Amino acid sequence: MTMFLSNLISGISLGSVYAIIALGYTMVYGIAKMLNFAHGDIIMVGAYICFTCLYSLGLSPAVGVLASVMVCTLLGILIERLAYKPLRQATSLAVLITAIGMSYFLQNLAQMIWGANPKSFQTVIPAGNLSIMGGELKISYVSMVTIAASVVVMVALSLFVGRTKMGRAMRCVSEDKGAAQLMGVNVNLTISVTFAIGSALAAIAGVLMCSAYPTLKPTTGAMPGIKAFTAAVFGGIGSIPGAMLGGILLGVIEILGRAYVSSELGDAFVFAVLILVLLIKPTGLLGKKIHEKV
Amino acid sequence: MSDKKCLLRADNLNVYYGSIHAIKDVSFHVDEGEIVTLIGANGAGKTTTLNTVAGLMKPKSGTVTFDGKVISGIPADRIVSLGMALCPEGRRIFQHMTVRENLEMGGYSRPGSEIEDSIEQVFQRFPRLKERRKQIAGTLSGGEQQMLAMSRALMSKPKLMMLDEPSMGLAPILVDQIFDIIKELHQAGTTILLVEQNARKALQVADRAYVLETGSVTLSGTGAELASSDSVRKAYLGG
Repeated sequence: MTMFLSNLISGISLGSVYAIIALGYTMVYGIAKMLNFAHGDIIMVGAYICFTCLYSLGLSPAVGVLASVMVCTLLGILIERLAYKPLRQATSLAVLITAIGMSYFLQNLAQMIWGANPKSFQTVIPAGNLSIMGGELKISYVSMVTIAASVVVMVALSLFVGRTKMGRAMRCVSEDKGAAQLMGVNVNLTISVTFAIGSALAAIAGVLMCSAYPTLKPTTGAMPGIKAFTAAVFGGIGSIPGAMLGGILLGVIEILGRAYVSSELGDAFVFAVLILVLLIKPTGLLGKKIHEKV
Repeated sequence: MSDKKCLLRADNLNVYYGSIHAIKDVSFHVDEGEIVTLIGANGAGKTTTLNTVAGLMKPKSGTVTFDGKVISGIPADRIVSLGMALCPEGRRIFQHMTVRENLEMGGYSRPGSEIEDSIEQVFQRFPRLKERRKQIAGTLSGGEQQMLAMSRALMSKPKLMMLDEPSMGLAPILVDQIFDIIKELHQAGTTILLVEQNARKALQVADRAYVLETGSVTLSGTGAELASSDSVRKAYLGG
């Protein structure tokens, strides 16, 4: 029982990271109607920035996290402006290929700057465990901070999208760009803000993930990126609560699958879930059917 | 025309969809306080003309002047605050948002402090929308959605309200209601540019009208003149 609880908690913790990444995927998809496959690599850049601040510059973890969020936010805006904005009218295939190209570009750039050898990333969160149930169940601080951080991120994001003027504008753009423009919404600005938020979240995810799994190399972001994309589709791409739910469920499925079925097949479970969901409910768990009324 | 102020003027507009020349040298004007209608068959370019005026599409050549200012080339989201609203074809309300949120979005270009009063005014005019203020807009009936779309456009306090096919897909009794609302808006001082396939109704309310055919203006005159013109009667009023 404690074994199961312990696995469940690591699953939720891993899932929280997926959820934070998936939020970026789903928001960008909802608003710019594109799959930003370079999103996963923003995670990696975020982790490297934090690494550099801590080890090369000897700054404190708080400064490292802040710097990583700031750099990734700017990077996200820059990528959108340079690579995606010129393709606003292009076919979705052209945009998709550009995003994949951007992903490789970021990986190679990281390899140029930081080298191909894995760095060992030391956690920004104090090591150690909280023992409960008379010491039988140990929860690491990393797990606790990760889960707490993701709760804070989700609440903040829900409030932003639900309550603020910019959030409302974002929802309008995601439904109907033209109609949003007729209301006076600056669509380009809205898209930039979306990329900024998504990338800031990716930076946070990068730091959290590397605190839990402390190897950092230029391809670090690729796998979690793809899994978070799976989580976004699982929950219903374009839906913010869907990304949160999808991310957490996927993390739990992965960890429980590794623990109880086969430790080698953890990744396979994740993608099996994707295929199942697409077969049974193509819109994802919380996805909305697109119905058009004339 | 000379004593009235010209609110909107389009001069020799040419608009292309790729290589298709959709709007050819279209010129028209709307004076302050008028109801002007553009009529024409499907595909004549009525919607394209409105979308170009509103800034959703860019003309290849020609100019649009609104309230003494050249606006062609300015993006749609900045034109709204100059006092022009377009209630688009197919209504295009925000289906997943509530009625109230749709109205709030209509006032997006105005300071937040003024929005509440305007929403109250809308609710007074359309008690039905007040009853349904918390309802998701996509679940409203067609007539209610059209009311919401028009109210949403009104939320920006436009000097010029452009309506694209407001009666489309509505039952005859609702069509009458929509035209009553248009008359009311006009009496309250809003200038109106109306695009309609229901030419009979449109010509009844309009001061002046233009007939568009395959992208060009082929006829213009007062509503009554066009309603009695032989070619218009044959082509658009069913004999």
